[in-house]
Amino acid sequence: MTPGAEGHGGVVVVGAGQAGVQVADSLREAGHDGPLTLVGDEPELPYQRPPLSKEYLAGKTSAGELCLRAERFYEDRGVRLFVGRRAVGIDRRLRTLTLDDDTVLPYGHLVLATGARPRSLPVPGSGLEGVVNLRTLADAQELRRRLDAVRDVVVIGAGFIGLEFAAACRAAGLSPVVLDIADQVMGRAVSAPTAAHFAEQHRLRGTRLLMGSAPAELVGRDGRVTGVRTADGVTIPADLVVTGIGVLPNTELATMAGLATDNGVVVDEYLATEDPHISAIGDCAAFPDPRGEGRIRLESVQNAADQARCLAARLTGAPRPYDALAWFWSYQGDLRLQIAGLSAGHDHTVVRGEEQAKGFSVYCFRASSLVAVESVNRPADHLTARRLLADGVPVTPEDVADPGFSPRTHLARTTDPERRALA
Amino acid sequence: MPKVTYVQQDGTETVLDLPPGTTVMRGAVAAGVRGIVAECGGNLMCATCHVYTGEGVDGVFPGATDDEDELLDCTAEPRRDNSRLSCRLTLTDRMEHLVIHVPGAQT
Repeated sequence: MTPGAEGHGGVVVVGAGQAGVQVADSLREAGHDGPLTLVGDEPELPYQRPPLSKEYLAGKTSAGELCLRAERFYEDRGVRLFVGRRAVGIDRRLRTLTLDDDTVLPYGHLVLATGARPRSLPVPGSGLEGVVNLRTLADAQELRRRLDAVRDVVVIGAGFIGLEFAAACRAAGLSPVVLDIADQVMGRAVSAPTAAHFAEQHRLRGTRLLMGSAPAELVGRDGRVTGVRTADGVTIPADLVVTGIGVLPNTELATMAGLATDNGVVVDEYLATEDPHISAIGDCAAFPDPRGEGRIRLESVQNAADQARCLAARLTGAPRPYDALAWFWSYQGDLRLQIAGLSAGHDHTVVRGEEQAKGFSVYCFRASSLVAVESVNRPADHLTARRLLADGVPVTPEDVADPGFSPRTHLARTTDPERRALA
Repeated sequence: MPKVTYVQQDGTETVLDLPPGTTVMRGAVAAGVRGIVAECGGNLMCATCHVYTGEGVDGVFPGATDDEDELLDCTAEPRRDNSRLSCRLTLTDRMEHLVIHVPGAQT
């Protein structure tokens, strides 16, 4: 069902992020011994992005420790690695990929793992010096350098990246201002109780959060940013503005090759595009929601790594539909958030644990079915919730509201075969 | 430089010379040692870098914190007395040779 993995240039992977590196690793692990090529447009050895907005900014991690695999890994596994090269075209008839230096790579199977790029701020002044995105190691290096010298930081976007960056600013002794057009932090990614808790905790720790506030213009002097003027006419002083207002999938290569895109490269449940020789995985792939309706696109390490493993299995003769449970994490200073499942469209929540003390979990239900669990400083809850959701164990709002409820006991009781037989 | 031997369930060994300051988890992931998944990247949020410590490890690392202890109850393979999360095992130049046993499953 998957032509070409062995023949005609083997497997070529475009994108050397979490998904690209994992698919190469898993292909070799599964015994694929044909040619394997990984192409990335950034100059560094492939690295992990999550620490860039967290421990890397805080100075706890060096750039060298960020690498996904050591250089020797690629040599030992026979993975041909092109870094600092951009793929510019696909010839589907000849099955070749062209790079920006005119290198032509034949492929038997092409994997698009092209990721996403930050959405740019659609207001005047966004090109001023001192306005920075946070996506790449180069961005993070620039921010780390600037954090020592700046006084007034404004973060536009109270999503995961924006809030993580705000926490890093506080750790550097700064008092950042975060503004977002939405009313709740982390947008629709989390439930109202979790958003309220994070907003309160960020405020308590010294971040000024301006919700429901839209930037109208970035103002500057001599080409350097000096402030952010909001839609209601207030100008907030800033010598550094960091934008974190979401990302756009990198679909240009697919579009040029005539492949369908719809908020991502369209793939089926096997992560295959309409061309049997091309698949797409990770942040750039729009795939059928295994637990819902329609197509979704997720931006997470879990999604990248699990889709890579699923695709590697298909390319080595063990096809299975992609059905992994989505999960995410963010940590913002001492606040650790872990999400199991997708809470979109939930209509009811039950909170367990003490919101101010050790931590708590928010159970999100849709039509009385558990769809997601958000855990704050409760990693054991999170791990158990992942098993409950992945195994489809029935959990009702009444179960969770019971004072004696514990996710572990619930899991043990409902998955214990003897008890199930008796029931 | 500390030397770490990772032993798989089938007896396969990988021996790595690792710089002080790195962790038993990071060393394994960077080299692609099978069976150490480390989904969360070393943030004490998953339990997929679970290992069983072996020779040379007695008393060389600080004990598990409450958070690690809680996560060790959630490992895919059974918890034993010598279970640790390898992201918590930071190597120092005082260490010479450690043996680490990799469990059969992490998820």
